Amino acid sequence: MEAALDAGLAAQAPRAEARQTIVLSVPSIVCGNCIRSVENTLRALRGVEAARANLTTKRVSVVVDPSLSSAIDLTSALDHAGFPAAPLIENAETEQAARVSELLPRLGVAGFAAGNIMMLSVAVWSGEASDMDSSLMDLFHWLSALIALPAVAYAGQPFFKSALAALRSRRLNMDVPISLGVLLATGMSLFQTMRSSGQIYFDAATSLLFFLLIGRVLDERMRTKARGAAENLIGLRATNATLVEPDQTTKLVLASTLKPGMVIAIAAGERVAGDGEVISGQSDIDESLISGETRPRAVSIGDSVYAGTINCGGTLRVRITAAEDNTLLSEIGRMMLNAEQSRGRYVRLADRASQIYAPAVHVLGLITFIAWMVIGAPWDQSLTHAIAVLIITCPCALALAVPAVQVAAMSRLFSKGVIVKAPDGLERLAEVDCVVFDKTGTLTTGELRLEASGVVDVAALDRAGSIAAVSKHPFAQALAKAARAEGLQTHAVESVEEVPGSGLVTTSMGFEEKVGSAAWAGVKDRNASIWYVAEGKSAVGFNFVDELRKDAAECVSELRHAGYRVSLLSGDRRAAVAQAAAACGIVDWTAEVRPDQKLQAIEALKARGFKTLMVGDGLNDAPALAAGHASLSPASAIDIAQTTADAVFQGDVLQPVIETLSVAKAARRLALQNFAIAILYNSIFVPLAMAGYVTPLIAALAMSGSSIMVTANALRLRSKALRLPNVGASA
Amino acid sequence: MTSLAWLVPAALTLGMMGLAAFLWALRSGQFDDLEGAKWRAISDDNDRMATKSDRSQGDDA
Repeated sequence: MEAALDAGLAAQAPRAEARQTIVLSVPSIVCGNCIRSVENTLRALRGVEAARANLTTKRVSVVVDPSLSSAIDLTSALDHAGFPAAPLIENAETEQAARVSELLPRLGVAGFAAGNIMMLSVAVWSGEASDMDSSLMDLFHWLSALIALPAVAYAGQPFFKSALAALRSRRLNMDVPISLGVLLATGMSLFQTMRSSGQIYFDAATSLLFFLLIGRVLDERMRTKARGAAENLIGLRATNATLVEPDQTTKLVLASTLKPGMVIAIAAGERVAGDGEVISGQSDIDESLISGETRPRAVSIGDSVYAGTINCGGTLRVRITAAEDNTLLSEIGRMMLNAEQSRGRYVRLADRASQIYAPAVHVLGLITFIAWMVIGAPWDQSLTHAIAVLIITCPCALALAVPAVQVAAMSRLFSKGVIVKAPDGLERLAEVDCVVFDKTGTLTTGELRLEASGVVDVAALDRAGSIAAVSKHPFAQALAKAARAEGLQTHAVESVEEVPGSGLVTTSMGFEEKVGSAAWAGVKDRNASIWYVAEGKSAVGFNFVDELRKDAAECVSELRHAGYRVSLLSGDRRAAVAQAAAACGIVDWTAEVRPDQKLQAIEALKARGFKTLMVGDGLNDAPALAAGHASLSPASAIDIAQTTADAVFQGDVLQPVIETLSVAKAARRLALQNFAIAILYNSIFVPLAMAGYVTPLIAALAMSGSSIMVTANALRLRSKALRLPNVGASA
Repeated sequence: MTSLAWLVPAALTLGMMGLAAFLWALRSGQFDDLEGAKWRAISDDNDRMATKSDRSQGDDA
């Protein structure tokens, strides 16, 4: 699209050197009006030459003069218009798009060649039965050769390259028998055309490429879509930071441009953009994404804060301290790298099949040649039969078997809000027999809810909720929400003063009322999160708990019922974890675990022979996510967790975890069925080929027949009703 | 039989034209935003990419 945009603009804007194309991810564009508002908002900015929204990818390409408007100006203008946006790191995305656009023209050429050669072949086949004279048949064969040779040379390249790369590293993959089959079919057909013989397989070679390219394009498309959606999710979480210059002026910058020594201001409710030390102000920091702890931590001058945490109280000034190598993030990164290496050795199903299949096929071809020679056939006839074996075994069905199922599975999950990112993610998910959950933000929603403790003091809740409604502190907001949930009408309270790190105070009723922490409100009892104290009355405590996702208990019991081992690993306090574990019915739980201990726990499970699915959302889960046999993250997770996880699920229920596991298992079952179909097809046609009965017509029918069968079988996955199968049930 | 002399080249030429049209459409980004295209069709806005001169004229008005 950029190409089209640039081409369109080249004529209009002569100063090409002053322009830059910025791609923004804007996930909230859903309709025609959004396109119009987004484009008009951007076009109204200074320096913007052109803006074009893409509804499919939910991205906007903006051609802009960087000296007049920066990426920050663009995103903040869109934020104001109600479309949260984030600039994308470009190279990764364009590389992906380039690969798809390289496959599509090849698909077009293969389709053209297959169609036209088939037209000529059908004429020859029907001519064989009637009165076509041999010179015309030769003409048609030469025409076919003329179309097939350039088409195979161009459209077959992705397979040839991959096969060559595999052979160079002394491996075998599916592309080796494919390339061999296509090249031999084309070569032998050319030879037979010169000898005016009837064994011409140009149609088989080109339609084989056509079918396989369709599979590749669909596969690549689905992956690009998933990766794009994942990038969009993460892009939005990358924060901007308010930089405080030495002369005290402030400026909005990208968090990624922060350097140690810079000072940033963090307002209430904002995400901390980098690791640093507080130099002024005091506040509460929500560190649930880092430590799993739900209770905000009080910070003041001299304390450290970490990127990804949320400032709940007053405004803070933070000096960025983290130099390249000693941030919390890079420490976690090192652990993840080590953990990921073990996963890199996973061999995919199709590759495992091809390691058995490819040698078997080549041996069969050789046996055919030798056998025909032994019984006294001339060498060229023996070779023809041997090549026919290789053509008929060329693994069209086998090569489509897995990708077709994966595309069907991924698009089914995509429509349910689960984005599968890892290419081999589904296969690993299918092998899982043990699920490890994180607590905060995974089993729970990460939102605070008033603990239902019998009698609620409605009058106090009403008044406290009204006062709390003015604050952005998570406890205060939860209190206001709880008051509204009780059916109480919260009133606007005048002159509420917020004391950062402590609470809220007002004298609007003529006497002092405080809503805040126990120590500050002067209460000895520490059994509640927040207290309401009115002058002359006894204090009322409100305790908040992190609410479990609606279906957490149901999901856990369904998993346990299906034979999965379910455990809970959390960085939160022992009491909180025990309570959540009890509510979900998880017996095996551990509290107060550090990131490296989570990693060790996963490794220990692996050592005991479990294939673990890690479900987590925080920075503290990231190493464990990388170490698990497979991993899932909610879309609310910190970006590093989302990048590490094999799949990301959206929404506020846990059902997608079950859905993902069931679809992964169903996909594996269908892939194996497809292998069975492919093997059945081979066991019928290979003996025929070895006996020398295969004609080009039979080859064409058999090949398309088996390809269509495996594809149709894979498509069943789209509409099939699924139940989570038991662990160890036959796949 | 002589009809084949022009029928076969005609069929191949038509096929080639189809292929060329597909490759052109691909290269010029016609398939990039299939979702957006259906909305743009019913939009009243002039879908031409707005340039600076368009905008300044608009501002004047």
